[in-house]
Amino acid sequence: MYVAVKGGEKAIDAAHRQLAQERRGDPSIPELTPEQIAAQLSLAVDRVMTEGSLYDREMAALAIRQARGDLIEAIFLIRASRTTLPRFGYSTPIETSKMLVRRRISAAFKDMPGGQILGPTFDYTHRLLDFAPGDEAAAAPAETGPADIDRSMPRVLDLIGAEGLIEPASEAESEPADLTREPLSFPVGRDLRLQSLARGDEGFLLALGYSTQRGYGRTHPFAGEIRYGEVRVSFAPEELGFEIEIGQIDMTECEMINQFKGSGSVPPQFTRGYGMSFGQCERKAMAMALVDRALRAGELDEEQTAPAQDEEFVLSHADNVQATGFVEHLKLPHYVDFQAELELLRRLRRKAQGLEQEAAE
Amino acid sequence: MTGPLLAADNISKFYDGRVACDKVSFELWPGEVLAVVGESGSGKTTLLKCLSMQIALSSGRVLYSLRDGRMESLADLSEAERRFLMRTDWGFVHQDPREGLRMGVSAGANVGERLMAVGERHYGRIRDTALDWLDRVEIAGDRIDDSPRHYSGGMRQRLQIARNLVTAPRLVFMDEPTGGLDVSVQARLLDLLRGLVRSLGLSVIIVTHDLAVARLLSTRILVMQQGKVIETGLTDQVLEDPQAPYTQLLVSSVLQV
Amino acid sequence: MTTGYNFAYLNEQTKRMIRRALLKAVAIPGYQVPFASREMPMPYGWGTGGVQVTASILTPEDTLKVIDQGADDTTNAVSIRKFFVRTAGIATTEETAKASIIQTRHRVPETALSENQILVYQVPIPEPLRFLEPRETETRKMHALEEYGIMHVKLYEDIARHGHIATSYAYPAKVNGRYVFDPSPIPKFDNPKLDNCAALQLFGAGREKRIYALPPYTEVKSLDFEDHPFSVQKWDEPCALCGSRDTYLDEIILDDKGKRMFVCSDTDHCRKARGEEAA
Repeated sequence: MYVAVKGGEKAIDAAHRQLAQERRGDPSIPELTPEQIAAQLSLAVDRVMTEGSLYDREMAALAIRQARGDLIEAIFLIRASRTTLPRFGYSTPIETSKMLVRRRISAAFKDMPGGQILGPTFDYTHRLLDFAPGDEAAAAPAETGPADIDRSMPRVLDLIGAEGLIEPASEAESEPADLTREPLSFPVGRDLRLQSLARGDEGFLLALGYSTQRGYGRTHPFAGEIRYGEVRVSFAPEELGFEIEIGQIDMTECEMINQFKGSGSVPPQFTRGYGMSFGQCERKAMAMALVDRALRAGELDEEQTAPAQDEEFVLSHADNVQATGFVEHLKLPHYVDFQAELELLRRLRRKAQGLEQEAAE
Repeated sequence: MTGPLLAADNISKFYDGRVACDKVSFELWPGEVLAVVGESGSGKTTLLKCLSMQIALSSGRVLYSLRDGRMESLADLSEAERRFLMRTDWGFVHQDPREGLRMGVSAGANVGERLMAVGERHYGRIRDTALDWLDRVEIAGDRIDDSPRHYSGGMRQRLQIARNLVTAPRLVFMDEPTGGLDVSVQARLLDLLRGLVRSLGLSVIIVTHDLAVARLLSTRILVMQQGKVIETGLTDQVLEDPQAPYTQLLVSSVLQV
Repeated sequence: MTTGYNFAYLNEQTKRMIRRALLKAVAIPGYQVPFASREMPMPYGWGTGGVQVTASILTPEDTLKVIDQGADDTTNAVSIRKFFVRTAGIATTEETAKASIIQTRHRVPETALSENQILVYQVPIPEPLRFLEPRETETRKMHALEEYGIMHVKLYEDIARHGHIATSYAYPAKVNGRYVFDPSPIPKFDNPKLDNCAALQLFGAGREKRIYALPPYTEVKSLDFEDHPFSVQKWDEPCALCGSRDTYLDEIILDDKGKRMFVCSDTDHCRKARGEEAA
């Protein structure tokens, strides 16, 4: 006789124990430490911080280890943790023009004040898989240069802006809204659009940015400036009434110079696209800048024909934690609804077959 | 109280300093068909979009006589009232029927939608009404369950007309309804429109660059050039005896077939 | 109970925010109230909306029942029940009649509910118009202006194509004569239970960030045509365990030669009908 299957609870416990075993792997191999991950897989850590919306290298490294290297799973862990953290308030806006620059390039000019500094980058490396990395890198330390480099690095877009060649950076009309405190409601202001994109999935934004370069909403982009380095973070606690510096973060900022635009009242100027990320997520910052500009199509009175220009489409699907939740939820039992569809289908087929038989007679 | 159905009062529309429509005024009376003619760039389509509330006016007013007798400025209506008006008392026939149809549902659903939107809840009655209308626009009844994707251009246009007329609107806007159709199909459509307009007592504002269409369908005509109305009057009179030089040019350049 | 977290995991400000949304929802039956859904320790799409609603209304005196597909023992129901035991330490039960709060996915309990109970539904897509009109800017207007013609167009199409309305679950209904809503992916079989129900019914969509509600004794009318009235699913066989002919049945495949059997989806109801003791 059929007995209703029970034991879901036991199954889940056993599955979790098995997961813990898989996560640790072969016990004879040394366990990865979060310090190793933070130091040697720093770009993974950067991505988890950026899309997790939380700057904390140790926590991100821990999350990557717990997630067995699945970065979206790690981002999920960070987001869930972030929700429980106490909030003290908002920092003052960070000044990227005062960044302690480690890398700074512009494709728009051959040279500019501060110069082109390549910094640590995969650019121009030959992608030859190194089968015996060993300690060679440690043996040849990077050369250091003279200390009198001109550290004044005005932003390229500020330089051309001074001539009026590019639209001014938009001024905030009011306090920015907080995406983690209010639900997104379309149409969306620039503040929530940039927040959405900053925590959006790198792969999704990369594909959309790529599509704009291939004609799906072309914006004629030039990399006006990409800079990576340290910025100071300041905060003015209520109790003190004045600003104090609370630390530094590494971040990447990308400003794209795009297709120029004029109107009846204003002569033509270049337009902007903005992207940023924690750490050195350069690909993300660039893709974000391309998509930011594409989403301004309506504002700039351009024809909106491409997916990258569709605000509701892009921002509703950019969050990978939401996306993976819903895609993977298909694994949950759906047999009640499937039974409903079966019942309907059988009924419709009986009807169709009944009619065929009638026709045959 | 009888008065005009619609009145345009000094309608102007500017785009970045460029004048698309310049102080256009006229009255449309019940049962009238008004043709707005001119070359492309004359402002006739902009005027139509202003009148039908698709774009905002830069200045001026559009007054409409609602079913309850009030003459209201359209700008004063709430969005709910505007959308209701567009679904019941007005029709809009687009040049490209795909813009005025739901291509993904059957012809029957396309015609029945407005009825369902105003509360009709009997499937059989909705279907019968749809069949009746398909017949009136000369589409075979056995095509009722086909999607307009499988219809020819002329059929789609006739379906669009049926979809618009099913709620007995008093005013229909038409934007080059015969554009893009070949000549014999055009002729058939114009015949159909003429019959429907007469039998239903519709008021129509039709935009066209084709004077033959204006002559066949309209009672009055507005000739536009560079955003301005340069001549207006009874269609037959204006086309027979054009006064303005531009109108004379238009009339004389119509190919005599 | 795991210490270090507030009672039922959410902090008090968050609960207050959700309760405000719930009050709005109850005041406007069937209307989707946006709320700032929090990131929860389970994935979006796996019940975060329902969990946030339950967490906001839970008190230490409550007795909680959690079901998925009508059963207490399905994996996700087990997981959610455990979550509340860990974070709130409340009593739990598998008996519908003994629960003060029931969180459910995809089914309404067969046992009629009372005025002392609250039913919390997990909702994946709150917007009934979503698959007809993907843009939220447009669907918001349609609800505000009561423009639901497009829903009947879909039903018309079904009848024209299949001879039947082809929606078997998440069947749209009109609430209190005003808003059309999606009752969550419950089979249409369960829609009649929502109408004039004595219990308070709350709906939470975490990923889509919407909350809606049916106050007790609210009218809920499933959409249909006069000449094609709403009807529910039927099976040819009774439940193989309890013999019921008026409950929703699950189909179990017994072998690869087409042998099947049907059993009640609501495990608690079936157990009671068989006269067995609760687990």
